[in-house]
Amino acid sequence: MPESTATSVGVPGDTRLEKLSVSKNRHWFSKLPVVRQLGIAVGWQKGMLIVGLVLTCFFLLVAIFAPVIAPYGYAQMKYDDGTGFPTQAPPSAEHIWGTTVGGYDVFSRTVWGARTAVIAIIVAVVLSIFLGVLLGLVSGYFGGWVDRVLVVIADAIYSFPSLLLAILMAIVISGGQSSMWGGILASGISITVVYIPQYFRTIRAEVVRIKGSAFVESSKVVGASTWRIMTRHLLRNSTRTLPVILTLNSSEAILTLAGLGFLGFGIEPTKAAEWGYDLNRSVADVTAGIWWTAVFPGLAIVLIVLGITLVGESLNDLADPRLRTRKSAGEVIGSIEDTSVDPNAKPDAANQVLAELDAMDGRDAAGDSTTVGDAGKEA
Amino acid sequence: MAGTHSAKDNDLAEKAVKDDALTPPTGDDLAVVDDLSVSFVTDAGPIKAVDGVHFTIPRRSVVGVVGESGSGKSVTARSIIKLLPETATTSGAVWLRSRDGKGAVDVLRLSGDDLRRVRGGEAAMVFQEPNSVLNPVYTIGWQIEEGLLAHGMKDRKERRAKAIEILEKVGIPDAATRVDYYPHQFSGGQKQRIVIAMALVLNPGLILADEPTTALDVTVQAEILDLLRLARDEFGASVLIITHNMGVIADIADQVVVMYRGHVVEQGDVEQIFYHPQHDYTRRLLAAVPRIGQKLVVRDREGRPVERKVDWRTQPVAVEAKGLTITYPGRLMQPDFTAVDGIDFTIHRSEVLGLVGESGSGKSTTGRAIAGLQKVSGGSLKVLGVEMNGVKERAFKPKRAEIGFVFQDPGSSFDPLMTIAENVAEPLIVHGKYSSVADAKDYVGDLLEMVQLPRAYMNRFPHELSGGQRQRASLARGLALKPSLLIADEPTSALDVSVQAKVLELFKQLQAEIGFACLFITHDLAVVDMLADRIMVMHQGRIVEHGDADQIMQHPAEPYTRKLLASLPVPDPREQREHRAQLHELLAAEQA
Repeated sequence: MPESTATSVGVPGDTRLEKLSVSKNRHWFSKLPVVRQLGIAVGWQKGMLIVGLVLTCFFLLVAIFAPVIAPYGYAQMKYDDGTGFPTQAPPSAEHIWGTTVGGYDVFSRTVWGARTAVIAIIVAVVLSIFLGVLLGLVSGYFGGWVDRVLVVIADAIYSFPSLLLAILMAIVISGGQSSMWGGILASGISITVVYIPQYFRTIRAEVVRIKGSAFVESSKVVGASTWRIMTRHLLRNSTRTLPVILTLNSSEAILTLAGLGFLGFGIEPTKAAEWGYDLNRSVADVTAGIWWTAVFPGLAIVLIVLGITLVGESLNDLADPRLRTRKSAGEVIGSIEDTSVDPNAKPDAANQVLAELDAMDGRDAAGDSTTVGDAGKEA
Repeated sequence: MAGTHSAKDNDLAEKAVKDDALTPPTGDDLAVVDDLSVSFVTDAGPIKAVDGVHFTIPRRSVVGVVGESGSGKSVTARSIIKLLPETATTSGAVWLRSRDGKGAVDVLRLSGDDLRRVRGGEAAMVFQEPNSVLNPVYTIGWQIEEGLLAHGMKDRKERRAKAIEILEKVGIPDAATRVDYYPHQFSGGQKQRIVIAMALVLNPGLILADEPTTALDVTVQAEILDLLRLARDEFGASVLIITHNMGVIADIADQVVVMYRGHVVEQGDVEQIFYHPQHDYTRRLLAAVPRIGQKLVVRDREGRPVERKVDWRTQPVAVEAKGLTITYPGRLMQPDFTAVDGIDFTIHRSEVLGLVGESGSGKSTTGRAIAGLQKVSGGSLKVLGVEMNGVKERAFKPKRAEIGFVFQDPGSSFDPLMTIAENVAEPLIVHGKYSSVADAKDYVGDLLEMVQLPRAYMNRFPHELSGGQRQRASLARGLALKPSLLIADEPTSALDVSVQAKVLELFKQLQAEIGFACLFITHDLAVVDMLADRIMVMHQGRIVEHGDADQIMQHPAEPYTRKLLASLPVPDPREQREHRAQLHELLAAEQA
């Protein structure tokens, strides 16, 4: 027990608390959102998370190193010597995944497509997250008519099919066909419109829950300004669920982009590679027995969406203690938690409770073996 | 005993009992908890909640289990009907005999149908919070019958008759009609009666009651304890009651088991525990229990009592309420709800005014109105010279620096993502006393030392402190701006008694030294008696009695105050017996 001195006040039980979670200095790396979850996951939940992470990382790497990996450019239709690529050629040494009806190299287009997909995700998420979070904070904290109006608008947007909105946006922004950035922005903004309500609702729900808690009231009693309460207390405490929505929305962003491309509102093939467009062009091939033009972009879409969704779903399960699986110890092990708040209790190592108890009641020879019934008879 | 087993390997329970070294104990005790250990797997690794616990429950008796939170009381009780989460692993045995005295079974080795027969049939559980135990979409009759059906009573009419009969026995008036009511149509105390009726209807030998009265007001608590006594005397059941309230133990228990950090430190009959405690821990626990008439005297290092420098009666008035009324707007077509109904009171500087009342009496609302957290609807409330009826935040903000507030729940009153230093420094920064947390560091350290926390705790996060430490830090935050008025809303009701004693002592000392005016809100008369100069008793939004603390505690004038005092169980079994008789007299007089 640290003794009180002239300069400091000792508190009984101090040294025991030192040994609690506080002293376990973890590396900053292990506190990062996804890494932390990876640490606590077990069993099939860990498997799901790892598969998702591997798939996602794979596509990220492909997107970054697309110029190195792809043998040809996304819009390239001729060899360096000026002769054109064959059209609808089956997989060969020059074109390992074959060529399309338009004479593009399938492998190169699929690789470059990863880059477009990743950029689309980033644009969609960045555009929607800030506005959604801000609106959620304001709406949740102030309540009243602002809240009602925003919630009604959010509900109204839910009733639109997101692809319809995306098509509208694509036409508004670029008149249907567009450049790489035009296409990405069109899908990005349309996705934004659909996703703002999701961020808005999640943050709002958290804010409504937190604003009633004692620490927010405490700041109000102190006289803290509304801005301070919103930024210091509410914002930081309500972003817990964001990683989950973020990942799930990313996968939907890709699907929307691919859907736009498939319907012909996406990005022109000369501006950027886009899986949805390639799928659209390969529709006729499928009946003709040309499988390679459809399978590879299709697989790419399925795998990237699967990967991101797996990450999102596992994060979701891990964030909820009721859904999180834990290993069973199989036998009675573990130390006794030092939950005692008795200020007079002596500090001791967790497993020495018995020794301590025995030492404390050394006089009492009856010790632990006395049953209630026996003790009753004695007394 | 090394018999370790998990949920999977207890098929053929009977066979295993014969083969194994674990043999049923001799004697005629209803239940024997034999060397029970339970461990849980958490995110932070395995934790042992209960370690080698051994005690017996005799027939027709009430066994009280006491201990601070986290000492393994609930886990022990839940093990008796094997109501443990998947992550739990047990060793040892829990031998349970049926009422008719046939052979004992080891509950920990049962599964499936056998376990279901034991649950409810042999041992039933009564939980702490009656609101969450009853299903709101079914009638109470349906819920009682559900248990009967599960235990093989097929005849519908018979089930219903039985449900009505048991409701009458637990004291639900007009049971034949109210059997078709839904849970929300009953008060909290009645709901707990219904939960106990659900437990009693199958006539189990053992009733496990986990803090059955903690969520209830004292007057209701007394009724529920009477009912549990009835379960022992008329139904012949044994009751295992878990509580942290020594008064409840003194009132009802025949036998007491004292638990501390997963171990049983002492067990014996109630007189022995209260009058001849053997273990140090039991003695400390008993010493920490607040008692009426025990004035708290804080001594400084030389052993002199710390006294206030001034007489509060001569001091100016800090808070003055005249006809203060607070209403909550009703929802759609419903009338407004009046929480506080035209009350008058004053708080002088350096005075401690104790505000006592049951839940829903309007005491917290009054406190929140003084702190500017609740709009005043009528009358006048002057706080430090500012009229709160129709006040603008801009006008009140400078006064906020002079008001401190200590919240009930130490768990939620700190921002979990900010360190203790950031939390405690918040009032300082908001009112511009310091520009940043780093600047305020020295002063925050002083504050923490004032409430007897080490400086080093500054960099910790709230969850890294225990409840008592957090409540002391909360006191430090309340006092950071050297307020002239402190509002403490049930500051110790979430704490264990030993911690409560420390916090109250500290509070008394700081109040004597600093001399702030204080509104101390609590439902515990013993606590308020230790601290307050004057006491105000509230009931249904009105002040029932108001006067000097000694006067009210010793010679309560109003019947309601008398009832409150009589309902509060005294932590002394012999005294409590007389006390209980007084309460019954009082209640009889009330009905006559």
